[in-house]
Amino acid sequence: MSSGKPVDRASNNQSTAKPGIEARFQLKRKDFALDIDFAAPGKGVTALFGPSGSGKTTLLRCIAGLEKPTRGHFTINGQCWHDEHKSIPVHRRPMAYVFQEASLFPHLNVRENMAYGWRRMAKRQRKLQFDDVTAWLGLDALLDRRAEQLSGGQRQRVAIARALLTSPQLLLMDEPLASLDASGKAEILPYLESLWQELDIPVLYVSHAPEEVQQLADHLILLDQGRVVAAGELNALLTDPLLAISHFEEAAAVLEARVVSHDTEFHLTSLAFDGAQVSVSYNGLPLGHKARLRICARDVSLALVQPQKISISNSFSVRVVSIDPDRDPSQMLVRCEIGGQHLLSRITRRSVHLLNIEVGKNVYAQVKTVALMK
Amino acid sequence: MDFSQFDLQPVWLTLRLATITTVLLLCVATPLAWWLANTRWRYRQVINALVALPLVLPPTVLGFYLLLLLGPRGWVGQITQSLGIGVLPFTFSGLVIASVIYSLPFAVQPIQNAFAAIGKRPLEVAATLGASPWDRFISVALPLAKPGLLTGAVLGFAHTLGEFGVVLMIGGNIPGQTQVLSVAIFDHVEAYEYAAAHVLAAGMLGFSFIVLLALYWRTGQRSAEQV
Repeated sequence: MSSGKPVDRASNNQSTAKPGIEARFQLKRKDFALDIDFAAPGKGVTALFGPSGSGKTTLLRCIAGLEKPTRGHFTINGQCWHDEHKSIPVHRRPMAYVFQEASLFPHLNVRENMAYGWRRMAKRQRKLQFDDVTAWLGLDALLDRRAEQLSGGQRQRVAIARALLTSPQLLLMDEPLASLDASGKAEILPYLESLWQELDIPVLYVSHAPEEVQQLADHLILLDQGRVVAAGELNALLTDPLLAISHFEEAAAVLEARVVSHDTEFHLTSLAFDGAQVSVSYNGLPLGHKARLRICARDVSLALVQPQKISISNSFSVRVVSIDPDRDPSQMLVRCEIGGQHLLSRITRRSVHLLNIEVGKNVYAQVKTVALMK
Repeated sequence: MDFSQFDLQPVWLTLRLATITTVLLLCVATPLAWWLANTRWRYRQVINALVALPLVLPPTVLGFYLLLLLGPRGWVGQITQSLGIGVLPFTFSGLVIASVIYSLPFAVQPIQNAFAAIGKRPLEVAATLGASPWDRFISVALPLAKPGLLTGAVLGFAHTLGEFGVVLMIGGNIPGQTQVLSVAIFDHVEAYEYAAAHVLAAGMLGFSFIVLLALYWRTGQRSAEQV
């Protein structure tokens, strides 16, 4: 029943390509205005983070071509999708879009849903094979089911497969976990974590959940009221005491580390980053494996001397970079640097005073809990 | 009862008229319904009201104006004459045109509602998956609006079967050309041929009931499936 001929999507002209994403959009609505200007790397996951009503979804829809901006400009790796002279129609943009609700076609079964975009691609543009994507997302047993027979998590897996099968050059995801319950989220997250490693394409990921950003993003763009508040590398922004994201209860730093040793006697795995080492529960990851550590600001305490005779074993030397008031007037946010990466410590104002903690001082960070993210 | 005078011609003529009308109706009503369901044109309600007019007008009013319009002095009539087609009133073609107009709201409204119920999302999804606007219409909008299309077709067909006033105004009562069932029944009754009138009238009653029953049955099963 296909009536669609394979579409030759805007061809990839990378010889003259300038890497990266550049976006400028202006859009006016009755009660909302979007005025966005940002640049993001042409690879990895860039999270668009902000409260609801900040324009995240509208921005993503502008990038997809689903929304007509008053004025706009969008280029990705040298290809222009939108400027004052032209706007490539949605169906010719080499991108895929995963909506918050899976939005499977109700008149098609799982296989037909997945094949919808795949069949419309010219054969030479198909970089991913149908069977590989099916196997990777664990959909073999579901292919003949109808959409209404699937759980929320299964539906979103099908929607992700359907999007990936168009071999996109940019993946847009609009809060793909937001409409799922806890078990649905747990079902999808591992796929999202490994997605970026499997595919070498840039991803723009809209979210309003700090944990998702900490877990998935490499790069962060913070939005508020239709404007870009800050844009930059994940670690730098998460630990910026001037940004709202560092004041959340679950504010945390994310650090890149490598697995260096396993201790079978005490069931521990050691990870190293920038001259410091921390231990987490044994996980069997191969030595040298790159992993992401999440350290909550509330779990980091500071000491002037190397702590001894204490149950916390994760401690290392850091340099104080800034000290700023927290939302809670009894607390301060201390930003510490260790070899180019930063972490936050939320300690009482009294402690800052009693220990005479100052900018530039070297102190010992004691970390009560380190979470291994991926 | 004298069956020698009984003639199946009006039955075949009516079925032929209803079939051709239904096919044309779907061709006209589907794009019109799609446009009405999607346009943001500020005067779209004018078109909505125009399409719905046959629902409220006495068929004679519609037939009267169509007669003037299609007649030798009407501007449509002048066009058809200059094209060498002649004038359409009191021909089968004239009947088809009148029927399409008369039954238009019965086809447009269910189809329009079906298109509106789909919402934007499935079409947006199809666009992001590489489907062109025409492709999206064929592969997503039409299949999802299928129940509405079916309802529109059945209602258009059944309504054409039963029309009387418009036919009488514009088609007259020419056996084999424009004499449809309802007019034939009227003739029989006028001539006190109640038996012949009964055969046609009862057949029509039974047929219409079965069509509507089938339609409701199907719609009922569909909504039960979705629970």
